[in-house]
Amino acid sequence: MSASAPTVSTHLARVLDANGSAPTSPISGGLRYQAPSIDEVGVAERVARFRSRSIKAESKRAAIDLAMRMIDLTTLEGKDTPGKVRQMCAKAKNPGAGAPPVAAVCVYANMARVAREAVQGSGLHVAAVSTSFPSGMSSLPLRLEETRWAISEGADEIDMVISRGRFLAGEDNAIFDEVAQIKEACGPAHLKVILETGELQTLDAVRRASEIAMDAGADFIKTSTGKVSPAATMDVTYVMLCAIRDYFERTGRMVGMKPAGGIRDTKTAISYLVMVKETLGPAWLSPDYFRIGASALANDLLMQIVKERTKAYQSPLYFSAD
Amino acid sequence: MRQPVWKTYKLYIGGKFPRTESGRYEAVRDADGALVANMSRASRKDFRNAVVAARSALTGWSGGTAYLRGQILYRAAEMLEGRAAQFVDELQRLGLSRAEAQSDVERAGDLLVNYAGWTDKFQALFGSVNPVGGPHFCFSSPEPTGVVAVLTPRRIGLAPFIEAIAPVIAGGNTCVAIVPIEASVAPISFAEALHTSDLPAGVVNVLSGHRSELLPHAASHMDVNALAVWEADGDERRLAEQLGAENLKRCFFFTPAAQDEVTGNPALLMRFQETKTTWHPVGT
Repeated sequence: MSASAPTVSTHLARVLDANGSAPTSPISGGLRYQAPSIDEVGVAERVARFRSRSIKAESKRAAIDLAMRMIDLTTLEGKDTPGKVRQMCAKAKNPGAGAPPVAAVCVYANMARVAREAVQGSGLHVAAVSTSFPSGMSSLPLRLEETRWAISEGADEIDMVISRGRFLAGEDNAIFDEVAQIKEACGPAHLKVILETGELQTLDAVRRASEIAMDAGADFIKTSTGKVSPAATMDVTYVMLCAIRDYFERTGRMVGMKPAGGIRDTKTAISYLVMVKETLGPAWLSPDYFRIGASALANDLLMQIVKERTKAYQSPLYFSAD
Repeated sequence: MRQPVWKTYKLYIGGKFPRTESGRYEAVRDADGALVANMSRASRKDFRNAVVAARSALTGWSGGTAYLRGQILYRAAEMLEGRAAQFVDELQRLGLSRAEAQSDVERAGDLLVNYAGWTDKFQALFGSVNPVGGPHFCFSSPEPTGVVAVLTPRRIGLAPFIEAIAPVIAGGNTCVAIVPIEASVAPISFAEALHTSDLPAGVVNVLSGHRSELLPHAASHMDVNALAVWEADGDERRLAEQLGAENLKRCFFFTPAAQDEVTGNPALLMRFQETKTTWHPVGT
């Protein structure tokens, strides 16, 4: 780790100085991050309000278009083949039905080269999951090496996972350090930090993990790998959006948000957009700051586009599966 | 005096009894103008939700054994028999005489039992081993068409409803039944009997609504494979065939059988089947 990377202790000192309060006593050998505690009932009620917004037809058309441009079209299966990845990239570039291209394709690192070649010249990003995705259960040097390799294979966005076990064991500084080092290994590539909220147990933990990741240099924070249930929920996404808002107010840096997994239909996607707009403001309503990790959602959006045009309800049978 | 407990009649979608998402309802009255029930008036969104339920139920229902389908239909007849008095009472409130109501409910049960019997027999009757000029076995067998939207007869009673849906589900299809509001009281009650017959959620969905409002959406819906319209007039027929052409929907138009007909009609069942022909080399 170079001298330029921030460390957890310098950061904590800054935060604690800013708050003017005394450092808390070390817990099991490490400092714990101070993050506001979350009112779970309050979050649930607020989120329910986002779901009940009435969206008029014209806004809906615009929202469908925007949601499509925010998708990280994803395939993360052990059975992925170059052919499958090329097919997905073709769909990412031209989803059909007059829909705009998606933001990026998201693949395993060993498919990054195939994906890069397939999207060359289209302006689409290639995101590779890295750092021993999805568990993160490996040594940090290996995870750093995997990240460098993914970038050399053509990825310009890295989706890393944090070590949830160490986070839950209270080793906040270890999480900070791994994110900071992987950010450094990324160079100019964008770093999305997956918190895997389905394993973090409480919204308090989600908030704390969000702050650690942002302080350590994350460009995006992301809910889940898609391999653990529950994946993205509106509740955890809302908590993360609030963390992004507070971080922006404190530092002036805009961090992006990526919910992934579980957003399968247009209605849910639009509810997320409403939530982003009302929590962070319109500046975040852009693929640069909000992404949706999904595969099935793309087809549902396409079905909605055709339905709006023809007025007839559509069938998945007439849309390509991948 | 005890406060009366009136039953709320709702829709039956995906094994649940939701109110219509539109919040609309209409009163059904007897001949004297007294309120019998407030029935939900289903919207196109209810129809869409029902198609989603029917589609997701299709794999399990068509992929299960024919024998099991028969057992479940027979079970539905048992449930109907156990609640016959309730159905007779509901039909009487809608203006049928006691004798008419009783015979209608009995006929509904008989039709169910009859179609239950057909579930694992029509394949043998309508399938075939075809003589071909070569060293191949060639056989043709019926397979269910898929999701069927059924616009049930207007006549008040349970039997007309069973007559319309039983041949559809007996053959392994799933269905969305659109029942005219004035005839919907007994069919919506019957959904409760279906619900306790081990019928998987989504195989039968029942919507009370206006045919004029829902037919265009049923006919144009790309995820509906067949459309069965009972007692269609010329305009409805034209509309169904025009809009259904987009996804080559099979459109059928039926007239109810004589009211004393208690046997199922395997030819009707076959309308909702496709024929698959398989060639297989001899000796391997």
